[in-house]
Amino acid sequence: MSSLQSLLDQYSGLLAQGFLASLAMLFFSTAIAYLIGTFLGVVLYVTVPGGLRPHRALNAVLGWIVNMTRSIPFIILLVAVMPMTKALVGTVVGVRGTIPPLVLSAAPFVARMIEQSLAEVPRDSIEAAESFGATVPRVVFSALLPEALPSIVRGVAVTLISVLGYTAIVGAVGAGGLGDIAIRYGYYRYEDGVMILTIVLLVVLVQAIQSSCDLVAKRIDHR
Amino acid sequence: MISLEHISKSFDAPGRAPAEHALRDVSLTIPDGDVFGIIGISGAGKSTLVRCVNLLERPTSGRIVVDGQDVTDLQGAALRSYRRRVAMIFQGFGLLAQKTALQNVCFPFLAANGRVTEADRRHALELLDRVGLADKAGAYPSQLSGGQAQRVAIARALALDPEYILCDEATSALDPASTASVLDTLRQVNQETDVTMLVITHSMDVVKSICKDVAVLVRGKLVETGSVDEVFSNPQDPTTRALLGRGDWHE
Repeated sequence: MSSLQSLLDQYSGLLAQGFLASLAMLFFSTAIAYLIGTFLGVVLYVTVPGGLRPHRALNAVLGWIVNMTRSIPFIILLVAVMPMTKALVGTVVGVRGTIPPLVLSAAPFVARMIEQSLAEVPRDSIEAAESFGATVPRVVFSALLPEALPSIVRGVAVTLISVLGYTAIVGAVGAGGLGDIAIRYGYYRYEDGVMILTIVLLVVLVQAIQSSCDLVAKRIDHR
Repeated sequence: MISLEHISKSFDAPGRAPAEHALRDVSLTIPDGDVFGIIGISGAGKSTLVRCVNLLERPTSGRIVVDGQDVTDLQGAALRSYRRRVAMIFQGFGLLAQKTALQNVCFPFLAANGRVTEADRRHALELLDRVGLADKAGAYPSQLSGGQAQRVAIARALALDPEYILCDEATSALDPASTASVLDTLRQVNQETDVTMLVITHSMDVVKSICKDVAVLVRGKLVETGSVDEVFSNPQDPTTRALLGRGDWHE
């Protein structure tokens, strides 16, 4: 018990800082990824052959771009886009430097999650909206997205947890955060106590994300 | 008046077997104020036909003429404004599950005007009252029985005072009691508003209960048309006889 006490005395500041850095990376990048990814997902859904406004070429090109971005291992993508990162946010390190690669990696993932959530909305309800002479944007904003919202919220949990995994990887290039601490202290310096503490924090975070998204989804779902 | 002139619809694509529910040279006229039934077994093309009328499906050839206007190739704003004159009721109700009954009935206002006014909301409440569901305004579709959900869909269909209502197997998913309540509501709507109805069904009982005229569709072709009395008392086609339970299938 006293060893835990001394561990906490020594590292609580560091861990708190890392936890906040992880949270910042996680929520900023996921929020931006959702802005981009929702747009992409809606376009993918709407332009699919037989969709609300079919456009085979656009759908194919967009689908291909999404798949390609998702194919590149994150650690490679992270390094490959460093010039772009530098141009966008002025640095490639720290929390700020991780946002562009995290967004680039998460946005196509979000696009597919959104596309899938939209595809779950019964065709009947959407055709009904169309049959009352609604424009495509009206169908999207007043029928499709509200109907898909509970499923989208469940998708947010999946996305957040997967982006949290990526924030650990960006620790490898000096971004800070819990992943960075786990690697530097836990792995390189054999500080098992620090390793375990970071893992405990991550477990708690993952549980909190999943439970709160589940709760929200359940509260807003009227099916 | 809706005139369908030589409507054909094929779903054939290279490498695919010829689809069921295609249409072959269907011509018919639905006079104003009529309740016109189209009956046939599943796969006959009934739904395709009714979906061609509000252009959820485009015919491969032929023309759809409504009150003298050829609507077959309407696009964009003209198509949307035409669709507001032709409401539709779906087999699966087509209600938005995350919206209350009242919000669902208000949806056509949103579609038409981009917003829902206080007057719209009052009108929607009146419509819910008319289908006997004033007390369910705040209920979500999952809290309604099938018959109630379909009556909400009828109220929604009435929101923009349509000239035509298309019913695509409106009672096929319902139990007998709910079917009766929905048919009563439709009959009452037709009497009170003079709206013209096109009723797609595979049930002779539905036709007998609310239709004045009927057409029989077999494998995408119209085999018989006439008043319900005529067709029922003296069916000409073997399929009609079979549907009436007088004779065997010859398929």
